[in-house]
Amino acid sequence: MKQTGKKQAPVHTTSLRSIRGQQRLVTVLFMIVPLFLLILFTYLPFAKMIQFSFFNMKYTGTRRFIGWQNYISVFTRSDIFPALKLSLFYMAGAVIQMALALFFATMLTGKLKGGAFFKGALFFPYLICGIAVGYIFKFFFTHGFVLDTLLTSVGFKLQNLPYWLKDTRINNIMLAGTSVWRYLGQNMIMFIGAMMSVDEDVYEAAMIDGANAWQKFWSITMPGIKTMVVLNLILSISGSLSAFEPPYVITNGTFGTGTYFVVMDRIAHVNLKVGLASAMAVVLMILIILVTVLQKVVSHLMLDEDETGHTYRERRAEKKRQAAQAAK
Amino acid sequence: MSPAEKKAEQKAEHPGRGRKIVIRILEYAALIFAAFWALIPVVSCVITAFKTPDEYANTNVMTLPKSWLYFTNFQGAWEKANMGLSFVNSFLILAVVLVCCILISSMLAFVLNRFKFRGNGLIRNLFLFASLVPGIAMQVTVYQIMYKLGLINSLPGYMLLLMGTDVISIYIFLQFFENLSVSLDESAILDGCTYFGVFFKILLPLLKPAIVTVLILKGVSTYNEYYMANLYLQDKTVYPVVSTCLYTFSGPMGTQYNFICAGVLITVIPILIIFLIFQKQVYRGLAAGAVKG
Repeated sequence: MKQTGKKQAPVHTTSLRSIRGQQRLVTVLFMIVPLFLLILFTYLPFAKMIQFSFFNMKYTGTRRFIGWQNYISVFTRSDIFPALKLSLFYMAGAVIQMALALFFATMLTGKLKGGAFFKGALFFPYLICGIAVGYIFKFFFTHGFVLDTLLTSVGFKLQNLPYWLKDTRINNIMLAGTSVWRYLGQNMIMFIGAMMSVDEDVYEAAMIDGANAWQKFWSITMPGIKTMVVLNLILSISGSLSAFEPPYVITNGTFGTGTYFVVMDRIAHVNLKVGLASAMAVVLMILIILVTVLQKVVSHLMLDEDETGHTYRERRAEKKRQAAQAAK
Repeated sequence: MSPAEKKAEQKAEHPGRGRKIVIRILEYAALIFAAFWALIPVVSCVITAFKTPDEYANTNVMTLPKSWLYFTNFQGAWEKANMGLSFVNSFLILAVVLVCCILISSMLAFVLNRFKFRGNGLIRNLFLFASLVPGIAMQVTVYQIMYKLGLINSLPGYMLLLMGTDVISIYIFLQFFENLSVSLDESAILDGCTYFGVFFKILLPLLKPAIVTVLILKGVSTYNEYYMANLYLQDKTVYPVVSTCLYTFSGPMGTQYNFICAGVLITVIPILIIFLIFQKQVYRGLAAGAVKG
């Protein structure tokens, strides 16, 4: 990363010094504010979080050092670590969302009449404020309201329909569904962007060869956008681990919908157990960092392209081939 | 040639033409089905917002209102949730945060991209690592810092917090600088321009596409931000913003959806207008923001 800018043009040696001085001045002046904010709002709280996680404390008053006790509580209390299980619902939702996004992106990449409308309709939910989404779906799922009305109009009986947000067998599925509703379009737009960069000529050649849509998707589109797909899949894992808004706004964590962050928010800002909440935050952060390292490794090994457009795997295969040739 | 023969000939020329039409129909069916589910929650909200209390109490939720000119719910929501002040606060926050965020991140990206100095890579990695930390997890201790600095219930404090933590815009600018030739800077320096001049007079105007991208992405996330606004702007009578004022509906009016839906629509309309005008830029910005991963 050191090789970031090219050396300046050769100038007269007398002015070279003043240019160097200027560079130094600009470097300091332009970086002082962002670095100050970064330290103040990220690294200072980060350090404090690790420190607090070893204390029994509230925001004010005395604090008592208790060693690893908070971390033990994170894993043993019945309301904390099991809450992470709920992120499985959101992960499943994310996988379905990605499949649907791919499906619709394939259709909308071509010149379909009315494509702009469908794109806009599917994407717009992404721009709506999380609180508004919460209300919209509270209203949508309330017994006898929008969803029930739609279902009764196609023949279901109201008394047979479950309470979507209170029935613990399905409420988390419904909440993950709102997440799919909100982010499907965003995912789709990103896939469309990636698909547009796949070479048009390849499709034409495939069409002449008589490939059908399914074959074209798997042998042309998919390889072209696999970077995006894999990265999104892994990102969705950390997203699911930190699921927060749907349960917070729609059910307020009741009826077994409290995800890890909803529980953490309560412990920190209602019960004021700052130490325990800090330990929770540290544990989750370690999980997320593990997932991210996995993502980096995967993307480096499989997908990172160098200047010539070859991935690490391809380059290695190429090197081997050359070595074999040289040996001959 | 009879129509049947014609068809047969066409079929010979384009094998699977009939199949193609069937596929087209299926495609449209799937898209219409998806668009239906994407829009129906919002549409139900529109229907409800125009209902009189009487209609709301006595008709089915999906029954259309008698009049589309019944604005009393909107007026009620506007007044009860103090939406006027919320919009003033939100737009003030937007203006300051966006201008500062664009200046801060483009300047940082300029230095990181153009100058070679010890610590360049380290600083990039510091920002990269910061993007891994989930925002909500951090607020437990950020709260304490804000409290000690006396920045609870302060608009400038909240603005500072929003502009300080934006890694995505830094990456968008970094990417853009990579495609701006260094020879631009060099020739300007040779002409006797200072680095300040190079940045403000030459490069900043060229950054326009990246600026639009950041404006849209950061603008939407700032306008919709709720968690920190709720936490740091606690005095909801003086410092309501659009998202927190919306949340006040969950109190005493928790089940009066005719008001709530009107409130939701009022907050969504500005976003809808911006989206309809800048559709292309929004899509492009999103794709650009995604590459950072």
